[in-house]
Amino acid sequence: MTTTDVDEKAAFVAKLRAFEGLEVGVEEGADPVNQPMIRHWVEAIGDANPVYVDPDAAAQSVHGQVIAPAVMLQAWVMRGIRNRPAEGGSPRDELLRLLDDAGFSSVVATNCEQEYDRMLHVGDHLRTRTVIDSISDEKQTGLGVGHFVTTRVEYETLDGEPVARMLFRILKFKPGTGRQAPSDDGAKARPRRPRPSITPDNAFWFEGALQHRLLIQACDHCDTLRHPPEPRCACGSYDWHVRDASGRGTVYSYVVNHYPQIPAFDYPLPIGLIELEEGTRLVADLVGVDPSAVTIGMPVVVEWQDLDEELSLPAFKPAK
Amino acid sequence: MSESNQLRDAAAIVGIGATEFSKESGRSEMRLAVEACEAAIADAGIEPAQVDGMVTFTADTNPEIEIARNLGIGELSFFSRVHHGGGAACGTIQQAVLAVNAGVADYVVCYRAFNERSGHRFGSGVQGRPAVATAEASHFSWYAPFGLLTPAQWVAMFAQRYCHEFSAGSEDFGRIAVADRKHAAKNPKAWFYEQPITLEEHQASRWIVEPLHLLDCCQESDGAQALVVTTPERARDLPQPSVMVRAAAQGAGEDQHMMTSYYRETITGLPEMGLIARQLWNTTGLGPADIQAAIIYDHFTPLALPQLEEFGFCGRGEAKDFIADGTIELGGRLPINTNGGQLGEAYIHGMNGIAEGVRLVRGTSYNQPEGVEHVLVTAGTMVPTSALILGAA
Ligand SMILES: [Zn+2]
Repeated sequence: MTTTDVDEKAAFVAKLRAFEGLEVGVEEGADPVNQPMIRHWVEAIGDANPVYVDPDAAAQSVHGQVIAPAVMLQAWVMRGIRNRPAEGGSPRDELLRLLDDAGFSSVVATNCEQEYDRMLHVGDHLRTRTVIDSISDEKQTGLGVGHFVTTRVEYETLDGEPVARMLFRILKFKPGTGRQAPSDDGAKARPRRPRPSITPDNAFWFEGALQHRLLIQACDHCDTLRHPPEPRCACGSYDWHVRDASGRGTVYSYVVNHYPQIPAFDYPLPIGLIELEEGTRLVADLVGVDPSAVTIGMPVVVEWQDLDEELSLPAFKPAK
Repeated sequence: MSESNQLRDAAAIVGIGATEFSKESGRSEMRLAVEACEAAIADAGIEPAQVDGMVTFTADTNPEIEIARNLGIGELSFFSRVHHGGGAACGTIQQAVLAVNAGVADYVVCYRAFNERSGHRFGSGVQGRPAVATAEASHFSWYAPFGLLTPAQWVAMFAQRYCHEFSAGSEDFGRIAVADRKHAAKNPKAWFYEQPITLEEHQASRWIVEPLHLLDCCQESDGAQALVVTTPERARDLPQPSVMVRAAAQGAGEDQHMMTSYYRETITGLPEMGLIARQLWNTTGLGPADIQAAIIYDHFTPLALPQLEEFGFCGRGEAKDFIADGTIELGGRLPINTNGGQLGEAYIHGMNGIAEGVRLVRGTSYNQPEGVEHVLVTAGTMVPTSALILGAA
């Protein structure tokens, strides 16, 4: 990878990011919430709860009337097999075409998060307002190199009463650039990084990292900072507190790993010995920079990496 | 700290023995250890039953009692182990010197045996180590989760800074590799016998971890090396010419970490080796000008340079100039690693280098310089380490 590649990538991401916050449009459900659609849905799912289909039973319940299953939300405004509007109408169409043209032509839905304000009843008629929420940097996933595109969908009644919202994330990726055979969840297929060994002396630092706090141990008695952490200060004190580092520093030294290649990492892998502005040093990965562009003395700033549910680590990227 | 000691010329190395050095020994580490110890005892001209002390590395997998049983050594009154990987090498000899001088043993065998290529490869680093909650394991918590996992990678962090501060570069490291391989080419026991390299080949070899090329890295080897130490008085009655341990020293520096002393004010020196240098010079009254050949520990070429600086063969940051024009090759002012070093002969954790130091004093190296009076031998770098000065009786 060359510096030009890095610049071009940054320019492309900036182009994608221009779509963040743009409204995709408003759509209205073809039908109000209705008993036949609910009945078909719960039969297909195999949910025998009478609250969805039996008005008498529903009246006895906390709901007082028949309700639609909450997770049926999307069904009420889904376009189905009706014709789409003419090509290229919405900003989302433009965004996806931009990604297609750059080679990110494959798509997979990865996440869907829904939040409900209230249960829906027969007769509620919904519409959606869709906004492009965010576009990720280029990521290497198990399926391939791609960008995650998240849209936010607000559900409201035709009277304007908000009832639910949804974050829907897709991955637009380049086919054939995956690390391994496609699986349902590319991210999970990557082996986890070597585990830190946690002791009573260093646990605070890794716990801080999970909260994206870059901590430095400081002596209670003389305020000397020390890293890696140790139980005793040279002054004799065993008592200490933590200081939050600013996250700014410079590259004191660095390496670029080529071999051996461990599946938990991408190679070539630049790793820095970072001198924080507080004065202590630590080893951390260098990100957002072409390995050949790293220099000693380069100003860097922390960028947190959430690697799995129990490990977050600081990495450093060039400071603006 | 007293930076000299009373053990000047206090013991002699009277026997050396090794297996062949290979990439796949085809036999157990235990058997390699037994074979090497047997060869060293035979070279010393003593009976196994005369051996009463044994020393090895904590990293070694072959217990001294197993070897003693196999060789018919019998009773042992002294056994000891030294920690910190390759830093232990010359430390095993120091343990033996202490033991024979204290009278707790008469003949001590120091040994190291492993299938380090066909068995567990050190080059794979610490990726598979369990994350147990000990100080020694948690040390790696600051490196392994970030992908800084192998000895080559730990050394590269030092090497990059060294290049930056002293305007050195990969070619300066390459000259160490070229000298090693030139010497290995003449040593039939060396893995790279008759296979010298050029600086161009060094530069063209693939990156392992920038700024280290493949040819900056020592081999991974199968093999074993053993040496026998006794008092100067006993040594006089033995067949081999006595090779005196002029002095032996260990050193751990201030703010020392295992392979990652990255937190010192400067990281371009090896203060633990400097501490050893002061002890050796003060104990012997010798200086760099009195050394005619040296075995400079070479698991990775960059660290040979600051070793030459710490021992005062040249000033700080000047090693690249010191080695520039053949100084360290046979015929130069200070031929180093005349066996081919660990890049050229074999990586036996520095123990094969001590054996070469013995041959240099005996006058039996395959690359024997003229008029060798004193040989400096160093052990692993970036760890707590050790060194020796050897000389004729
Ligand atoms: Zn203090």
